[in-house]
Amino acid sequence: MSAAAEKAMAYDNKGILGTLGREGLLQIILVANTALMLFPVVIMIFSGFKSNMEIFNQPFAIPDFTNLTNYVKVWTQTNFARYLFNSVFVTGLSIGLILVLGTMAAYAIARYEFFGSNIILLFFLAGLTLPLKLAIIPLFILFRDMGILNTYWALIAVYVAMGLPSTVFIMTSFIRTLPRELEDAARMDGASELRIMVSVLLPLCRPALVISAIHNLVPIWNDFFFPLVFIQNDALKTLPQGLTSFMGEYTTDWGVMFAGLTLAAAPITIVYIILSKQFINGMTSGALK
Amino acid sequence: MPRLRLTGRTLWITALIVPPLAVMATFVAYPIGSALAYAFYDWQGLQRGEFVGLQNFYNVLFTEPFASWTQRAFMHNIIVFFSLMVIQNGTGFILAYALWRELPGAAFHRVAVFLPVVLSTVIIGFLWKLFFHPIFGPVNQIFRGVGLDFLAQPWLGQSSTALGSLIFVNAWAWIGFPTLVFLAGMQRIPTELLDAARMETDSEWVLIKKIVWPLVAPSATVVFILLFIGSFNWFELPYIMVGLDGSPFGSTDVLGLYFYRTAFGNQSAGVQDFGNGSALAVLIFLFIAVVAAFWTVRLRKREIQL
Repeated sequence: MSAAAEKAMAYDNKGILGTLGREGLLQIILVANTALMLFPVVIMIFSGFKSNMEIFNQPFAIPDFTNLTNYVKVWTQTNFARYLFNSVFVTGLSIGLILVLGTMAAYAIARYEFFGSNIILLFFLAGLTLPLKLAIIPLFILFRDMGILNTYWALIAVYVAMGLPSTVFIMTSFIRTLPRELEDAARMDGASELRIMVSVLLPLCRPALVISAIHNLVPIWNDFFFPLVFIQNDALKTLPQGLTSFMGEYTTDWGVMFAGLTLAAAPITIVYIILSKQFINGMTSGALK
Repeated sequence: MPRLRLTGRTLWITALIVPPLAVMATFVAYPIGSALAYAFYDWQGLQRGEFVGLQNFYNVLFTEPFASWTQRAFMHNIIVFFSLMVIQNGTGFILAYALWRELPGAAFHRVAVFLPVVLSTVIIGFLWKLFFHPIFGPVNQIFRGVGLDFLAQPWLGQSSTALGSLIFVNAWAWIGFPTLVFLAGMQRIPTELLDAARMETDSEWVLIKKIVWPLVAPSATVVFILLFIGSFNWFELPYIMVGLDGSPFGSTDVLGLYFYRTAFGNQSAGVQDFGNGSALAVLIFLFIAVVAAFWTVRLRKREIQL
């Protein structure tokens, strides 16, 4: 056997890794995975533009994108707009409260020495690992006694409680990194503590506030468990919960169901595509030290 | 005026810290404490009855039919956890390694793999429920289309495949999370360290084993613990895809569904049982807390710090 042939044999023996190289193999894995991730989403969007007949006969064909029948049906014949409003309202107010309360606690812990500050921080951090779902029975009874069962406030209370630990954690570590010279200078000028907090330090906290907001945005916006237990009134349902009643009604109309899913997925998907970097940072921030 | 300043300062700190503390005390500490207490009482619907000691715990652990339901649900959670550990975290590590090489298109792949993570479980559950439809679902249409007719099964409708299908959907939805956490860990490995290691060895495998994995381990610890907590709290996805009873025939029943059914009732047996429900919640909670605590300590030991 000639040397060249031997070399060719050896090359063949290396199999797929040899032919493609390590980078080629990794690229194939990535492309295949991305296809697996996006294909279902694309089919969902496509099917929203199709009739039942088209979905069953040509499930993968590109639809006529001007056919908005299903979307119009979702928007006009169901409470969809109402669910969307409820989700925006509950999520927005919850995150607002989380950021205000979380920053207050974090600021006090990070900026002032006082008795018990470490214990208070630990108290907040303990909340990071407690699955509040398992306290659903006492929460149900508590909200019944407070008279806020079946109102927005039941959801907002639970979401704020769920979001505070991570926000206090993120904000405390961030505020601790800020230099003290700034506030000392302001203090010399006779600025009040409130003024120092609001005008000097808070503007510097914007990146950490964004991370905290996104860290809470996705779980609150997507939550289904707490509305399921606390909300019965259809007019108060949030998007994920409203989607379940909607899907129960249109069980045979596949086009409308896919259109509903697409519409429900649209708001957060669009925000995610615009802010993907912040989303990824915000959502993985709890797992990184 | 030092005294006045001191009280002013105390007031200011109190004003900052009390409102957030009050929220935590009312909506986290108090409910969790009560959850523990409730488990020791007899309940008539929403009305708390007399103190019954460990009766509720005895019911759910040793009295039939509760005992075998508890056991079955628990076993399913174990299967879910170990499968996801391999599929979700294992594949996540490979994908992270591939993304770390910064090949062309890496930024796009990164955004794509994380997309399902931001979608609601409700959307994902319904989407895949339609996809898995035995006749009209695209999954079986693809299998039939490429001649793999034997794979065109009623995936969610038979006991042998239902739980596996749920696990697949969960992995599809969540794989982006471990991937990007691992990736962030890899990106923080100093280049000098990698270059030095590459001088020593040609084998990428040795490099992964000796350098990459140990340095990614701290993030892996958190990912593992979160998956553990998530697996034993699993509720939304099975609720949407197979219903509150864990159909077919309870083959997908998990602790989350079982707990919810016990506490709040369901259509077929509309009885609320807060006593047994609370006992289940306490048991799940203790199990998660104890395992997570021991495991964190163990995993932390193998981490090396830079």
